[in-house]
Amino acid sequence: MIGTAIAFYLFAAITVAAGFMVISARNPVHSVLFLILAFFNAAALFVLLGAEFLALILVIVYVGAVAVLFLFVVMMLDVDFLELREGFLQYLPVGALVGIILLIELLLVLGSWVIAPEAAGVAASPTPAITAVDNTRALGQVVYTQYVYLFQAAGLILLVAMIGAIVLTLRHKPNVKRQVIAHQVARTRETGVELKKVEPGQGL
Amino acid sequence: MENAITSVPDFLPALPEILMAVGAMALLMYGVFRKSCDAHETAYGALALFALVAALLVIEPNASIETFGGMFVVDGFTKFMKLLILLAAAAAMVMSLTFIRREGMDRFEFPVLIVLATLGMFMMVSANGLISLYMGLELQSLSLYVIAAFHRDNTRATEAGLKYFVLGALASGMLLYGASLIYGFTGSVQFASIAAVLQSDGTNIGVIFGIVFVLAGLAFKISAVPFHMWTPDVYEGAPTPVTAFFAGAPKVAAMALILRVLFVAFPSMENEWQQIVVFIAIASMLLGAFAAIGQSNIKRLMAYSSISHMGFAMVGLAAGTPEGVRGVLIYLVIYVVMNAGVFCCILAMQRKEGYVEGISELAGLSRNQPMVAFVMAMLMFSLAGVPPLAGFFGKFYVFMAAVQAGLYPLAVIGVLSSVVGAFYYLRIVKIMYFDEPAEAFVQPMPGELTAILGISGFFTLFFFIYPAPLIIGAQAAVGALLP
Repeated sequence: MIGTAIAFYLFAAITVAAGFMVISARNPVHSVLFLILAFFNAAALFVLLGAEFLALILVIVYVGAVAVLFLFVVMMLDVDFLELREGFLQYLPVGALVGIILLIELLLVLGSWVIAPEAAGVAASPTPAITAVDNTRALGQVVYTQYVYLFQAAGLILLVAMIGAIVLTLRHKPNVKRQVIAHQVARTRETGVELKKVEPGQGL
Repeated sequence: MENAITSVPDFLPALPEILMAVGAMALLMYGVFRKSCDAHETAYGALALFALVAALLVIEPNASIETFGGMFVVDGFTKFMKLLILLAAAAAMVMSLTFIRREGMDRFEFPVLIVLATLGMFMMVSANGLISLYMGLELQSLSLYVIAAFHRDNTRATEAGLKYFVLGALASGMLLYGASLIYGFTGSVQFASIAAVLQSDGTNIGVIFGIVFVLAGLAFKISAVPFHMWTPDVYEGAPTPVTAFFAGAPKVAAMALILRVLFVAFPSMENEWQQIVVFIAIASMLLGAFAAIGQSNIKRLMAYSSISHMGFAMVGLAAGTPEGVRGVLIYLVIYVVMNAGVFCCILAMQRKEGYVEGISELAGLSRNQPMVAFVMAMLMFSLAGVPPLAGFFGKFYVFMAAVQAGLYPLAVIGVLSSVVGAFYYLRIVKIMYFDEPAEAFVQPMPGELTAILGISGFFTLFFFIYPAPLIIGAQAAVGALLP
């Protein structure tokens, strides 16, 4: 038990510290690296909760794809982050004020938190107990049956995102030579070879 | 462990949605694999798809059916709203046919995106839980962002799309935050269980916070004050048929969602949400009326007009009675029809060098195109709420419901702001009939615009003779929502 607690505080502290470093590091590449650290520790927290599927998805998707993409973008775009940060201090007082007001309001709301006795019954999920079935299998049992509607809806949203990206950015430039394999295969000796009669001693 | 596998849900109630999704993907594939496919082919395909879906909706039984674990519901109310959305979307699609060819945005994705946005609206109308609500809303919004920026070589259109996207994402964030608070304090995402928990436990401040945030997110979608800032800029910047689409179908869907959330999930907290709705209604009516006075661009003017019309519709919602909800539904139908007619006139404001949008360009329309000027003037009188045109009846039913519910101040403010609004609608009539004539527009009007304008004008003028079908239909829809 004490081991779990120590592990929790360790991972949680590193997550928070890495998150802080993401926004305070001067070098954007360092920021992305700290972001990866934060993702890893968040994944470790999921493992502590017994949600190993989510933990692995977090590592594969966020670290494997998203963070690497960020790295590429940061390196390729060459955005001057120092310039973007100019005037940061100027906005700090107002930003801090808004943040503090929001925090106080949140505390006020959370202060009234009571767990309703019925809540447990209402939230009864179709997922079986964690001891009976591991959570990858449990997810698999509901995602394509009970939640098929939401799953398909999410798919449609991604489809729209893809159409949107293509519609708004793809431009067909004329004069671009593309490889058309059919044309290559259909080439015959007649179209590919030209015979020239070269007179002796004259060259081409 | 075998018992743990849940059974496959019943797909049949969602048949119109499934058909629409499959149809949209089929049109997309057709466009992609056919070389040099333009928007007209997919637009006709999409219109055929809409007709098919409408036929399916009409023959669907009226009984209330829930499926997908209670996340999705169909009943008389969803049927009414979906048919209205289909009507508005189909009208906008027809109106875009000439415009997209002329303005160089003739690409097959445009109708496909409108179909996907309409599908999102269907999902919003049928949402019976917080997660399905968000999914539908996001599908609709994402399609709308892309459509707003569809004219990508036009800086105003791209600016409109970007502005809409950033503010829309903020609104979605607020809605999600509210949804998480509601889930946290009631332990459920299904509207019926939320209502049951609140009934037994009474209210608490956390849920009220959640309602405020959810309402803020939804008010953004119907562009009600104080979440209206994006409306004039987006309406002005987006291509005109897109503006016509924005002003119709998405508002109907978001209003349907507000009605369902408030009346199905939070019936026991009516006193709390009524204050919010009253405030939003008053602020929208007043701001819409006063801010429109100074406008010189007709699309901006229609943006403020739509803000105030949403305020009027909210008056019926504030009443919180079946009569009030019936008033909202009647108001929405009349608003959608009038709006389609007005946008037909705006789309006909076309000179040789291109489309114009200034109000002063309408000068002398009464001499150049007397019939168009007459119908436009009538639509303006109707928007202002002059009897016996249709717009008067829309206002009449919501204000009557407000008075019956004892909300006298709200009704009085509504009538006063409608008088202020009459000023700028009548100004357009004055410009068309009495100002020094400007250069004539390209004539004749494209056939499809004339047809829609004619239908809209006919409905507006003769609604008072035979209003019974609409009133009975709205009554039945309300009966399904508020048993």
